[in-house]
Amino acid sequence: MNLQAVRAIYRFEMARTGRTLLQSIVSPVLSTSLYFVVFGAAIGSRIAEVDGISYGAFIVPGLIMLSLLTQSISNAAFGIYFPRFTGTIYELLSAPVSYIEIVLAYVGAAASKSIILGLIILATAWLFVPMRIEHPVWMLLFLVLTAVTFSLFGFIIGIWAEGFEKLQLVPLLIVTPLTFLGGSFYSIDMLPPFWQTVTLFNPVVYLISGFRWSFYGIADVGVGVSLAMTLVFLAACLAVVHWIFRTGYKLKA
Amino acid sequence: MAPIIAISGLSKTYASGFQALKNIDLEIRRGEIFALLGPNGAGKTTLISVICGIVNASAGTVTADGHDIVRDYRAARSKIGLVPQELTTDAFETVWATVSFSRGLFGKRPDPGHIETVLKSLSLWDKKDSKLRTLSGGMKRRVLIAKALSHEPQILFLDEPTAGVDVELRRDMWQIVRRLRDSGVTIILTTHYIAEAEEMADRIGVINKGEIVLVEEKAVLMRKLGKKQLTLHLPRPLTAIPAALAAYRLELSADGCKLTYSYDTQDGETDIAALLHDLTASGIPFRDLHTDESSLEDIFVSLVRRQ
Ligand SMILES: Nc1ncnc2c1ncn2[C@@H]1O[C@H](COP(=O)(O)OP(=O)(O)OP(=O)(O)O)[C@@H](O)[C@H]1O
Ligand SMILES: [Mg+2]
Repeated sequence: MNLQAVRAIYRFEMARTGRTLLQSIVSPVLSTSLYFVVFGAAIGSRIAEVDGISYGAFIVPGLIMLSLLTQSISNAAFGIYFPRFTGTIYELLSAPVSYIEIVLAYVGAAASKSIILGLIILATAWLFVPMRIEHPVWMLLFLVLTAVTFSLFGFIIGIWAEGFEKLQLVPLLIVTPLTFLGGSFYSIDMLPPFWQTVTLFNPVVYLISGFRWSFYGIADVGVGVSLAMTLVFLAACLAVVHWIFRTGYKLKA
Repeated sequence: MAPIIAISGLSKTYASGFQALKNIDLEIRRGEIFALLGPNGAGKTTLISVICGIVNASAGTVTADGHDIVRDYRAARSKIGLVPQELTTDAFETVWATVSFSRGLFGKRPDPGHIETVLKSLSLWDKKDSKLRTLSGGMKRRVLIAKALSHEPQILFLDEPTAGVDVELRRDMWQIVRRLRDSGVTIILTTHYIAEAEEMADRIGVINKGEIVLVEEKAVLMRKLGKKQLTLHLPRPLTAIPAALAAYRLELSADGCKLTYSYDTQDGETDIAALLHDLTASGIPFRDLHTDESSLEDIFVSLVRRQ
């Protein structure tokens, strides 16, 4: 195991975050705060409670998930896309590192960033609404698993993308809508029966449901199902990454 | 001694269907400076990229210091440093950070002392805290060399290290390369400046259209393929080449004061003796004479043309 290399890449990536602090941390925190003001305070005051929880508190897990997903994807995608774009990837390819080490370093760094971000948003939320976390260990487990899974997903996008538009495309056109429709702002059983069924095809539902369960002990689907779905997606991403490195897809001519 | 790099049956066909390398066999000797010459698109960068692990080979094998570059890539790659043809650097990193990063990437423990030595030897020490985007092209080239040297490679690939580099820096580079060779590093460089190969290399390989067309000791090459010219300086100008000397390949300069005779070293020396004899017999005195060997450039051009 070339741990020096993992450390070098990891530190390089974390340093990049430091330089782009505004984009990486401040802007998600700001937009989350806006959600709290608009949905939690303004609209939430008209909605009494959801499943016995104040609306402001109810949306916290979903908001954290929203940031976690989009930031994991864009951090990891950008991290590997940029060296491809500038050409500095030559060094990574010529270095004595295995692909497991490459993935560990890039995905590890991206996931670390979004976990830190998730915790910051959680702390921010605490300023707006009173909350409780019933299952802190599960909460952390879901946080870490989701961050890792979607950083892997972002890594794949970063290798697949051929331009900056494509890099933005997936988070913008797929992940954000799925998250909004995945029960961030409402409980699934507030929907008509038909849409409830449709919603079950949205993978993000399971993530948000499981995450919310770790806070309040309420869930749209069983927590076991949530965990299983997250692991399935993780496994799928791992399989794709494995294939990418085995074939050299878009990395090696 | 076993070759430090052994390439056998190496071919590369790109996804486009273009065959950039055709069944290459080549051995690089330990400790030499090997210059790879070839016109644009000949396959120099492709060959280097395959050896360094940036491009997958379609067929054939390569070993670096005895390690197969695919099966045993870790051992092989940690011996190799690469300075790419393109000037690709991060923008916002400092010189110090990017060079230290390279060392880590190649699995070596941090060693500020070594990084300092490398930066000083490349006259980059006073730039160590500068951001890369503020450096000039020549300095970026040095940074790329520093990155490649950061992990103490035994084999160094320099893909056109002196492209777009001013005269002074080029001399510096030659100096650096010689010092590296003296410290035991094997160096493979590509260049379009034939004078550079002539100046630096121990051996020269010529690649054209994906095929190695020649590998030879520089000195042997110059001797074997070299054309020589004998120039005679005449005290009294001639108006034309006398008929008695028509059998020789002679050329008369415009002012009639210089007579140039071209000959091939492989033909032996009999011709020169005969020429000088006939010259004297025709009553043409000469004040001075000197010979020129044709440059590697001429050899190169004639090789690539012949293809
Ligand atoms: N990724 C690629 N896909 C398809 N063809 C490629 C690719 N990379 C290089 N080639 C082709 O392979 C051939 C050899 O390219 P290469 O870069 O190895 O040449 P070179 O000898 O380094 O040339 P130069 O002196 O211009 O640097 C060229 O015809 C080039 O167009
Ligand atoms: Mg080239």
